[in-house]
Amino acid sequence: MSHIFDIAFISGLIGATMRMATPIIYATLGEILVERAGVLNLGIEGTMLMGAMTGFLVTYSSGSLWLGVLAAGAIGMLLGLLMAFLAVHLGLSQHVSGLGITIFATGLAMFIYRLHFGSPTVPPIVHPFKEVALPVLSRIPLVGLGLFTQYSLTYLAWILIPCLSILLYKTNLGLKIRTVGENPVVADTVGVNVVLTRTLCLVVGGALMGIGGAFLTLAHQNMFLIDVVGGRGWVAIAMVIFGNWDPLKGTIGALIFGFLDGLQLRLQGMGIAVSFHIFLMIPYLLTIVALISVSRKASIPGALLKPYRREEKGG
Amino acid sequence: MINFKIVRRKPLPAWAKVVIPIGAVAATLILSAIPILLAGGQLWKSYYYLFYGALGTRFNLLETFVKGSPLILTGLAVAFAFRAKFWNIGAEGQLLAGALVATVLGVHMSGMSRPLALALIIAAGFLAGGIWAAVPGLLKTKLKVDDVVSTLLLNYVMWHIMGALLFGPLQQPGSSWPRSAAIADAARYPILLPRSRFHMGIIVSFVAVFIIWFINNKTTFGYRSKAVGVNIRAAHFGGINTTSVIVWTALISGGLAGLAGVGELCGIQYRLIMDISPGYGYTGIVIAMLGNLHPIGVFFSALFFSVIIVGAQTMSRMTGVPTYIADVIQGVALMVMLIFLLFTEYRIRVIKK
Repeated sequence: MSHIFDIAFISGLIGATMRMATPIIYATLGEILVERAGVLNLGIEGTMLMGAMTGFLVTYSSGSLWLGVLAAGAIGMLLGLLMAFLAVHLGLSQHVSGLGITIFATGLAMFIYRLHFGSPTVPPIVHPFKEVALPVLSRIPLVGLGLFTQYSLTYLAWILIPCLSILLYKTNLGLKIRTVGENPVVADTVGVNVVLTRTLCLVVGGALMGIGGAFLTLAHQNMFLIDVVGGRGWVAIAMVIFGNWDPLKGTIGALIFGFLDGLQLRLQGMGIAVSFHIFLMIPYLLTIVALISVSRKASIPGALLKPYRREEKGG
Repeated sequence: MINFKIVRRKPLPAWAKVVIPIGAVAATLILSAIPILLAGGQLWKSYYYLFYGALGTRFNLLETFVKGSPLILTGLAVAFAFRAKFWNIGAEGQLLAGALVATVLGVHMSGMSRPLALALIIAAGFLAGGIWAAVPGLLKTKLKVDDVVSTLLLNYVMWHIMGALLFGPLQQPGSSWPRSAAIADAARYPILLPRSRFHMGIIVSFVAVFIIWFINNKTTFGYRSKAVGVNIRAAHFGGINTTSVIVWTALISGGLAGLAGVGELCGIQYRLIMDISPGYGYTGIVIAMLGNLHPIGVFFSALFFSVIIVGAQTMSRMTGVPTYIADVIQGVALMVMLIFLLFTEYRIRVIKK
């Protein structure tokens, strides 16, 4: 078993962790933005699948990977807008609206895929993103190769993490978003448009979820399978709570998930007899344990799940 | 400029509770015409085959009940939980728990008398699903863990438990597929009508509708459960032990979903496979909402979706519209029903400026 600890293994594991964490990071960042504005978007799982399918379809048809990513972001925006219409404009139950979007988008993604490709025996594929080795950094001993030979979308995710932190904590806009999420009555009183703010957050958050989905079909894999998202959206929902609605802490959760996912793949690849099902169960169990410990001190946005209707102010 | 404003309205009369879901179904079918037309299906022909495929022949009609049975049970499970504002999104995992325990017992029941075997399996399947739901119920009440997230995550935990067992101790000897050995004859629901798959589990689901109706309307527990759903603080100050009510509600809710798993295993598959449920637990959410969380409503709404799911097969064969149209229709129906429900409490006032 000594080869478990050799350099190639560690380097490979670091790389796999980063890769497997990427879609979760996108989705978690998107969901944090949305929840900070006071909306729980359970449409995330369906939005990711729709992004995965759209990104794949557009890349397959156009040959352009980045066009696929853009299309996935755009479809995520549309689904975010639909969520905004239901949960913000009409003020419907956020739980049920979000689940409705997930069920709808899941069905639609498979419907469109089947319509376009039929049921081929060999699934159609695209030429996926290639890993980009960053000069100098990728030659750092031990960790460099794994950390800095990644897909462009992974690097982009890492740029987005501090961006979202700065947006939320250091800018006027971020203050407005957080106020809308904590206390929309106060926000409204000082002249912040609650409905518009929530809508914009849902649209931008939806784009991130869509791109997270596209990573799965354009980088992690090169084909669209029905279970390609496989609950990663729900994991992101849990990571938001685990990370106490903070982009940096949420990322740590995503990395833990990525690590276990990556380790499972590695061990399987080495023929070590661990049931991959037991391994894949661990992240979910850990998340539940984490939820127990954080729920005592959770800084949940005050107005989460509460629709805002101006005329019912204070009522 | 014309502006819209959403304002509260006076409570609607009782007939609205029946009219609104029917209106939502009509609106759903109109909206679902868009993807059908985009898929190149002729509209009337498509809808004709959708309903003919589900109701047109004796076999198909019975098949609609076969598919309807797990949907009734998961729909009841979700409705019973949502009524108490216990957000049980975990009917899928609870269904799997029921099927799993039924398998463990069922493969060892050869030689047992059928009534005893089935009674044991039903009780164990109910309990398994119930415990799998009571865990998040306890987490919610004792440790303040969000029920939506915990029930969702437990679906995946149960799916992986099932996978680990089907690749391990439960795997059929000699098989390389993740499937169990067949359960004993005694553990199988009898087929009640010849030349069909109409099994005893369907009757179980009908009885469940009645029992839940009875609990909701005729027992103190049903009253308490509803009180917790309407206003948990008021219920608490009114002397109701809200923790106990939520955990028991979760247990019954999960138990119903567990019975759906028992039905699929003992009535249809006879052996456990990974895709024993094509998402019945999630469809249960749609069914519960369309049924207005009322057991009778759940009954009809489950049969409606069963028509859609069964009929989509025929429609797909005859018109080329992918069967996933059934999933699209489910999503549309949930959102439409939600909007329709809004108008039972609110109305839109047009403000001209």
